[in-house]
Amino acid sequence: MAKPAATATDAPSLEAQAPARELGPVFKAAAGPAKWADDRLGLAALGRKNLRKVFPDHWSFLLGEIALYSFIICLLTGVFLTIWFKPSMAEIEYEGSYQLLKGLHMSEAYSSSLALSFDIRGGLLMRQMHHWAAMLFIAAMLAHSLRVFFTGAFRKPRELNWLLGVGLLAIGLIEGFAGYSLPDDLLSGTGLRFVDGLIRSIPIIGTWAEFFVFNGEFPGDLIIARLYMVHILLVPAIILGLIAAHLALVFYHKHTQYPGPGRTEENVVGYPLYPVYMAKAGGFFFIVFGVVTLMGGLMQINPVWTFGPYNPAEVTAGSQPDWYMGFVEGAIRIMPNWESHIGGTTWSWNVAIPGLGLMGLMFGLMAAYPFIERWVTGDTGEHHILDRPRNNPTRTAFGVAAMTCYGMFWIGGGNDIVATQFRVSLNAVTYFLRVAVFVAPVLAFIITKRICIGLQRADAERLLHGAETGIIVRGPSGSYGERHVPISADEAFTLTQHVEPLPLTDGSEEEYAGVPAKEARSERLRRKATRFYFQDNLRKPSRAELEAAAHHQALEAGHGGHGDGHGDGQAPRHGHEDNGHDGHGNGNGHHAIGSSESESSTH
Amino acid sequence: MRFLSSRRRHPAAKVMLLVAALFVMGALYSVVAPASQSSADTGTSQQIAEGRALFAVGCASCHGLNGEGNGTVGGSVLGPSLIGVGAASVDFQVGTGRMPMARPGAQAPQKPNQYSEEEIAALAAYVASLGPGPEIPKPEEYDPASVSEEDIARGGELFRTNCSACHNFAGAGGALPNGKYAPALYGVSNKHLYEAMLTGPQQMPVFSDGVLTPDDKRAVIGYLNELHEQPNQGGLTLGGIGPVSEGLWAFIIGLGSLVGFAIWIAAKGAKAR
Ligand code: HEC
Ligand code: HEC
Ligand code: HEM
Repeated sequence: MAKPAATATDAPSLEAQAPARELGPVFKAAAGPAKWADDRLGLAALGRKNLRKVFPDHWSFLLGEIALYSFIICLLTGVFLTIWFKPSMAEIEYEGSYQLLKGLHMSEAYSSSLALSFDIRGGLLMRQMHHWAAMLFIAAMLAHSLRVFFTGAFRKPRELNWLLGVGLLAIGLIEGFAGYSLPDDLLSGTGLRFVDGLIRSIPIIGTWAEFFVFNGEFPGDLIIARLYMVHILLVPAIILGLIAAHLALVFYHKHTQYPGPGRTEENVVGYPLYPVYMAKAGGFFFIVFGVVTLMGGLMQINPVWTFGPYNPAEVTAGSQPDWYMGFVEGAIRIMPNWESHIGGTTWSWNVAIPGLGLMGLMFGLMAAYPFIERWVTGDTGEHHILDRPRNNPTRTAFGVAAMTCYGMFWIGGGNDIVATQFRVSLNAVTYFLRVAVFVAPVLAFIITKRICIGLQRADAERLLHGAETGIIVRGPSGSYGERHVPISADEAFTLTQHVEPLPLTDGSEEEYAGVPAKEARSERLRRKATRFYFQDNLRKPSRAELEAAAHHQALEAGHGGHGDGHGDGQAPRHGHEDNGHDGHGNGNGHHAIGSSESESSTH
Repeated sequence: MRFLSSRRRHPAAKVMLLVAALFVMGALYSVVAPASQSSADTGTSQQIAEGRALFAVGCASCHGLNGEGNGTVGGSVLGPSLIGVGAASVDFQVGTGRMPMARPGAQAPQKPNQYSEEEIAALAAYVASLGPGPEIPKPEEYDPASVSEEDIARGGELFRTNCSACHNFAGAGGALPNGKYAPALYGVSNKHLYEAMLTGPQQMPVFSDGVLTPDDKRAVIGYLNELHEQPNQGGLTLGGIGPVSEGLWAFIIGLGSLVGFAIWIAAKGAKAR
């Protein structure tokens, strides 16, 4: 943060007019069939409109694309895997080429995963790409949802799309988990056992549900075949449907944009889908594909052959799920061992609360948040301009607190790894986390809120006093100060365009006269919430303040430009608050650094 | 035969027979009896004396002058009794550098061994003289060269069943409660592998010959050797500790580099200005 910043990288507003050109022979040849199709489908008209659709450009808008492309890579590599994978739990003797397992009894599923890894050309690459892409898919979805959250892109009219996104994230977890269970190695079997425990912890019907899912007692001999169906048919179809709806809504609502000069709630500043954005997006697909291929080729993932075949009698140290299930694993690991027996039924709080409860809580809160915030603000307007996270400190703080809580559970999922890698006691990690999951989010909330308000202050500072130049000037009295220059009008616009929601006071008794008690209570609660949300926000500078500041800066600029040979260039610096914006008549009134009393007039 | 049958009533016959029987028994005993405490040249009284001297200097402060143990201080054992732990235990503990323990703690960590071969043998002989216990295994007992491929695969199954719960599927080690841990098994010598199973140091259970026969133990050793010699199929192992490190790298390398590319792509393009 130094020089005046260029704010919006805005795109050309001129229509790109293609010069009329003679069609080449290829186009001529294609023109016939194209016309044939167009006459029947009317695609040209549809295309003309939609291809000109404008997309704004910002790296954070590409997070969702990473998710989309990784999903496509999962589809492509997954189809390859289905050609060889055998979703059967029938026991066979391993005869493949991996020496260390030769002659062992194992399921066909595991044996075919080994075959994919060692005996089928390109199989290991495909397995590893599939798995890396799966991890990235969910990671990118999570990052994407955080971007949407922190910028307030979930506000009207996009609440529905936010819900679709929450659904995609949840279903992505299921898809990944089902895939992770397919190879039937020791870790995937242990993961299944974990889920078996989750299912059983459902009060009352748990055991019945387990028998339903596993077709008998764990592990049974059907679960792999069932998960296979779920993994390659059911869930991918649902995901595809949700993605299609999600993207259709993005198209329909048009993309949001960051605030900046020339950007309003009514327009979108960016590049047209065709050709610019398509080229970028297409290029980005190949980049994602390239990165996943490199990862699949160079970085080992899920080396099922070292885990050995699943055997319910074995559990190994370092049994962890993939990262996206880590928070549930962690919650279960750090949960105290509570269980009660009521009238012949067992209530496993130790599993039900952290397992089922936590997942329900996370997705429930995510789904509910847009509606909660909307209720608090009472805001019914549409929003196409994104918030800068600092301008809604409470929301940002909520987000960071949630991330912190998630992170603590995450660490819990790897508590043994943390203990061995950092040479601390396993118990110490666990006890620490039991407290930290509650305390750390609160701390994170407070700290984040303070940081946001600090950033708002910094914005106000830039508006009122200009940008730091990095030029230190020595005053005639020997004082030092940094010269400031006014920021550009564009930047000033960006820093001031946001709407400020205001905290509401409780209101007098008369206000509620005639209002049913219940509504009155809810309204009081709402107003309390607005105070919680907005009371601490820094108000942006008023018009009068800005004008005074501009005047003042103009004067300073005049002095700074003197260069009158005396070597007494003014040293405008912060601290105007101290002298109450007076003393400009003689062009200074700045305190010397270190002693506010030794004020000297240079003119 | 005539000679024998004619003399069998000779007055000396009974005595002769007794002597002969005793002789045969003695010979048989020397063949059948378990090799004595002195297998690895231990047991000679001179070695024991040397061992006692070394013990008094390096070990007695914790284990007591006669290896009887020193009781507890503040709940933690200062040094357990070594009577009956056997030569194998000493060879393992001192050979892996665990003993002498530098300072009291949850667990004695491995560190560079401070004693020479002879000194270890002397210490082992001395401790073995305190009471019978497992002996130092001979090379043919722990050398897995003769283990067949099927047995190596079987060793893998034995390892996963008996050891991986603490030592991890790849022998990468794991955490145990209260600051204790099962160490990684990379680079542990065959002898120490065998001795660890035989003596069960600390939290580790003893895998006596009744639980894992010497053949089983060799199979486990053979498996671990093979496992750690395997090339890394599929690329960098990322620490080889499973999904936790994979997840970490998915974020750092995968998402990290893609966000980098996204920033680059978004910054490129036909700028208006
Ligand atoms: C600082 C105190 C300390 C010193 C010095 C020390 N030990 Fe120990 N020793 C311990 C403790 C504590 C244990 C038990 C904990 C463990 O094994 O990690 C132990 C365990 C042992 C065991 C394993 C006992 C069993 O049950 O199998 C042997 C063998 C042993 N020590 C031998 C030695 C020898 C030989 C020396 C001298 C070279 C020595 N120790 C020096 C504290 C000490
Ligand atoms: C209950 C957990 C547990 C089990 C099961 C277990 N170990 Fe251990 N193992 C340990 C602990 C704890 C130590 C560290 C002891 C110490 O430091 O004194 C250890 C130490 C060892 C060592 C010494 C490593 C070194 O770096 O010097 C070897 C070798 C070993 N174990 C092999 C095995 C084998 C082989 C098996 C299976 C037959 C096995 N362990 C089963 C807990 C276990
Ligand atoms: C976003 C969607 C998907 C995710 C998150 C996902 C995730 C996974 C994961 C984590 C595994 C374990 C991989 C391993 O062996 O290391 C797996 C295996 C597998 N997946 Fe997927 N997958 C997805 C889509 C698909 C699709 C669309 C197909 C088929 C059309 C498919 C087919 C398979 C098969 C056959 C396996 C077993 C292969 C083996 O383990 O050897 N997957 N999947």
